[in-house]
Amino acid sequence: MIYLDNSATTPLHPAVREKIIETLDLFGNPSSMHAPGRQVRALIEKSRREVADFFNCSPEEIIFTAGASEANNTILKSAISCCAFCNESRGHIITSNIEHPSVLNTLKCLEQQNVEVTRVKVNKGGIVDPAEVEAAIRPDTVLISVMYVNNEIGTIQPVEAIAALARKHGIPFHSDAVQAVGKIPIDLQKLPVDFLSMSGHKIYAPKGVGILFKRKGSKNICPLITGGHQERSLRAGTENTIGIIALGEAVRQAGLEMEENKKYIGALRDKLEKGIRKKLDHVVINGDPGKRIYNISNISFMNVEGESILLRLDMHGIAVSTGSACSTGSLEPSYVITALDVDPEIAHSSIRFSLGRETTEADIDATINAVYETVSFLRKMSPIR
Amino acid sequence: MDGTNWNYSDKVKEHFFHPKNILDIDEKEYQADGVGYVGSPACGDMMKIFIKVRDDRIADMKWQTFGCASAIGSTSMLSVMVTRNGGMKLDDAWKITPEMIINELGGLPANKIHCSVLGDKALRQAIRDYLTKSGQEARIPKDDKSRVICNCLNITEDDIRMEVLEGVKDFNTLQERTKIGTVCGSCIDTAKTLVNFYVGKYYADEVYGGKEKKG
Repeated sequence: MIYLDNSATTPLHPAVREKIIETLDLFGNPSSMHAPGRQVRALIEKSRREVADFFNCSPEEIIFTAGASEANNTILKSAISCCAFCNESRGHIITSNIEHPSVLNTLKCLEQQNVEVTRVKVNKGGIVDPAEVEAAIRPDTVLISVMYVNNEIGTIQPVEAIAALARKHGIPFHSDAVQAVGKIPIDLQKLPVDFLSMSGHKIYAPKGVGILFKRKGSKNICPLITGGHQERSLRAGTENTIGIIALGEAVRQAGLEMEENKKYIGALRDKLEKGIRKKLDHVVINGDPGKRIYNISNISFMNVEGESILLRLDMHGIAVSTGSACSTGSLEPSYVITALDVDPEIAHSSIRFSLGRETTEADIDATINAVYETVSFLRKMSPIR
Repeated sequence: MDGTNWNYSDKVKEHFFHPKNILDIDEKEYQADGVGYVGSPACGDMMKIFIKVRDDRIADMKWQTFGCASAIGSTSMLSVMVTRNGGMKLDDAWKITPEMIINELGGLPANKIHCSVLGDKALRQAIRDYLTKSGQEARIPKDDKSRVICNCLNITEDDIRMEVLEGVKDFNTLQERTKIGTVCGSCIDTAKTLVNFYVGKYYADEVYGGKEKKG
């Protein structure tokens, strides 16, 4: 199998896998006072320190969650909850129109509760203009939330600039950094974000664990899950001990491998695009080519439909994803590609290749050939010429 | 990855991976007796069907598509259905429904059915085209309101007529209720004309419309 869907999820890092196996029998509740509990507590706090070291922040600023969707929900819903921002009874949130559904759909829900939302449109390259974010600021703006790297087209957003202007205006800033963490160095002493979300399973840890960074001194947040005192009462529920320990290891490995991965995977991604362009005409690469994360390539193959490409590549043992409507079960193609102000055909014809640390040069060669064969076959049966 | 977890039946997969009767020569070279064309790339689905007619039967059918796996699978199946056993009679081919194709395929995932409804429509267009070209327009069913207006959302002229009968008086209301023309938008002008036509037909007359005037 050739797995080119690493932006959907990643396989376990071998070191993470080892760590999980070592940990499987450590069943103690980290809140317990006795030895089995203390043993697990120590490992969780070690994991928290790994994460804090990685981000150059303090361990108390790290809240373990069940994933980035939960972290995003926590921050967005805090904007209107009982204890936090609403003291000033302001109710306007600024975001972009290409955020992950865990942001966009949560905001849709908040709109039902009288929160007003401005979705700043990206340009044709899929980049948010900080000036437009600034122009959208109102006296009642309670939060700005812009993703670090888009999950479909890989565009890197000017998060530093947006964070800086949010701070200038005294508005809390949150970034969903799921696709950036482990790929772009993030130094939280330098990057002035108040909140940051990340997910374990995009960086070779298992599903079901993620992180919410909450800067010391930032506005209070209202826990999504209330109950026990876990995570300093900001996220109740007995910890996902194995997941958290695994995530600590994944983050540590990411720190070690980041530079090498960037070079290695980036070269393979460029080879893939070059190879495809050499063999096929009428391909469009989506997203500003100069401002993309190195492992994602989102390509539209004109005159053929994405789901057909995906399934035929699957037959060749190659796993990719598509923005075509048929893959979503709706009539609407990808809102991210549609946001680039292109013809809907472009979205219906799009395929996302996302590479990872296990991708090999042979994988890329085989993929170029399979893509050529598949697209040529489907183009032959297309009524559009 | 052998695809065992797909929701597609083996028959759909067979027709998707090895589609039958694709037009792989130049359209002109094929010399079709009738051509039917529905959908648009903007909706992500487009179908073109070419037929040859002998003795009032479909002697051959070829097709092309910009479509997903179920569009490809169902049209390939359709091409087999209408050409086997010496070819289907035109009158019978006219009556083929998506359900008949889906049954032959052994079912389709529910959310993929909308992708399978283009084949039979394109086929009817092709038959209509053949009947028109061969001077047999009289055979096109007079009450044929099954003509599809919005290809993206599969809304027929009869659907629009029914909406008007249920009280729709203008295009905006029709769009609110049916979402017609909200995907690729290419049908909006035709739909507006039809709304006006049926509003005129049913509501201009006091008997139909009571005191309310069209507007």
